[in-house]
Amino acid sequence: MERYYSPEVETASREKITEIQTKNLIEQVKHVYENVPLYRERMDEKGLKPEDIKCLDDLKKLPFTSKQDLRDTYPYGMFAVPMEEVTRIHASSGTTGKQIVVGYTDGDLDIWDTCCARQLVATGATKEDKVHVSYGYGLFTGGLGLHGGSQKLGCTTIPVSSGNTARQLTIMQDFGSTILGATPSYAMYLGESAEKAGIDTKKLPLKVGIFGAEPWTEEMRQKIEKSLNIKAYDIYGLTEICGPGVAYECSEQKGMHVNEDHFIIEIINPETGEPVPDGEKGEIVFSSITKKAFPLLRFRTKDIGVITHEKCACGRTFVRMSKPLGRVDDMLIVRGVNLFPSQIETVLLKENHSPNYQIVVDRSGSLDTIEVNIEMNDEHFSDKPSDIIKMEKSLENEFKSALGIKPKVNLVSPDTIPRSEGKAVRVVDKRHVYDSK
Amino acid sequence: MIKQISIFATNKPGQVVKVTDALSQENIDIRAMCVADTQDFGIIRLIVNNTQKAKDALSSHKCIVQITNVVGIKIADKPGSTKQALEILSKNGINIDYMYAFVTKSKEYAYFVMRVENPEEAEKVLSENGVELVTQEEVENI
Repeated sequence: MERYYSPEVETASREKITEIQTKNLIEQVKHVYENVPLYRERMDEKGLKPEDIKCLDDLKKLPFTSKQDLRDTYPYGMFAVPMEEVTRIHASSGTTGKQIVVGYTDGDLDIWDTCCARQLVATGATKEDKVHVSYGYGLFTGGLGLHGGSQKLGCTTIPVSSGNTARQLTIMQDFGSTILGATPSYAMYLGESAEKAGIDTKKLPLKVGIFGAEPWTEEMRQKIEKSLNIKAYDIYGLTEICGPGVAYECSEQKGMHVNEDHFIIEIINPETGEPVPDGEKGEIVFSSITKKAFPLLRFRTKDIGVITHEKCACGRTFVRMSKPLGRVDDMLIVRGVNLFPSQIETVLLKENHSPNYQIVVDRSGSLDTIEVNIEMNDEHFSDKPSDIIKMEKSLENEFKSALGIKPKVNLVSPDTIPRSEGKAVRVVDKRHVYDSK
Repeated sequence: MIKQISIFATNKPGQVVKVTDALSQENIDIRAMCVADTQDFGIIRLIVNNTQKAKDALSSHKCIVQITNVVGIKIADKPGSTKQALEILSKNGINIDYMYAFVTKSKEYAYFVMRVENPEEAEKVLSENGVELVTQEEVENI
């Protein structure tokens, strides 16, 4: 029997969801118009007043918000409540330029916790569960986000944070963790490390993994499920909208349900800004319609995805979004060929190589060069250099047929690929180092 | 037959130090060492006094490690004896992937380690022709 954390909204009729969203949207537009100068200016420019927003369809009249807007108003320019009401700050990692700073009121944190609790219940979690949080704690939203959901549901919460793999494994065994929250690349690594340490994961009480914060593939899911002997769920979120829990996977695992009472999702054509129909790929856009401290209207995520309103067998009626299928801005163009890092990953997993890789794009003269550094693993290591060179060449050919471009492949020692906050740095594009911006 | 440890190393400073540091922490003695390099990576090959302990120590330092069987021979430390031994292999059609030599406190003997496709066969041929083989036990107790 499927259980829900908030059955009254998670299984509500479309009419009911529309009613909730309309009410929340109208209030939110009024709130931002009154409290965020950027939104007031943008709406005034369009001759829009809060009263003009009467139904969901009016959403498309509202201006978009870009990541650049958030940088321009750094640190508190988009905050919509007085600072004394802000009880928590988080920030995005800021790999490109300034960090994005976001704030939460007590009420906002409660919304966030509720969203994460819904994810936990969708994986079958109850109060009996022990939730092992391996996401980093700190400004990064992963750790405290899932932590809040777990507390809210009443699970035993184990705030391990990221790093120190040997200790993670000991805790998993000794404390009896039943649910693991981590980035998928770290979950892969935990699985490999458990095997190396001779830990039989079949004997561990661990049964569920909740993984997010970076793109991962279906192949990765299968590997993680096998190595940790769990069912792996995908959770979607982004700091700007609230953190993990914006959308969550149910046991059907056919897309992630968007917490529609709090967030409105739109899929748009990234070039024209026009909405695209269900089933068609486009840029994912979110509006947060209940959060008070850091509310965003039509935030362009640069994630590419698809949504569907089709009925889900789990009984939830919230719209489902696909895994992000790529990034509007993560797409690399190398010698005129468009490529996504996920394509590289797919080849690596198919060939049983480590998913820890890094793409280095550079320019030599007028020609782009692309190198893929891949961590060597025990399975592929040979004592004969010629075997390793042969392996590199064969991977180059695999990439050539998958991507249409032939990179130079280097097998490297483990830990030579830098990681930040548990997220591997997938792409280093050296071509833009000398840009004026 | 001798057990050899091979370690994968990216070409950058500090890799050999990392390996020797891991071994010294565990009090492991290196009997022989050879570094093979290509443009982008190297392979560090070692003969040590405790192979399994060394492998575990290196693995826990996140090294990529493999143990391979190699043939060890012991020959008189005088001109011409290397040629003699190698001729036996070539006459029997045995190809050497790589080899390296090491000396010990003993003045009479020189030691060679060689990697061949089929170490059992190489050992058989060598010993039938009077070349002295080195055992794992002997290497450990040098």
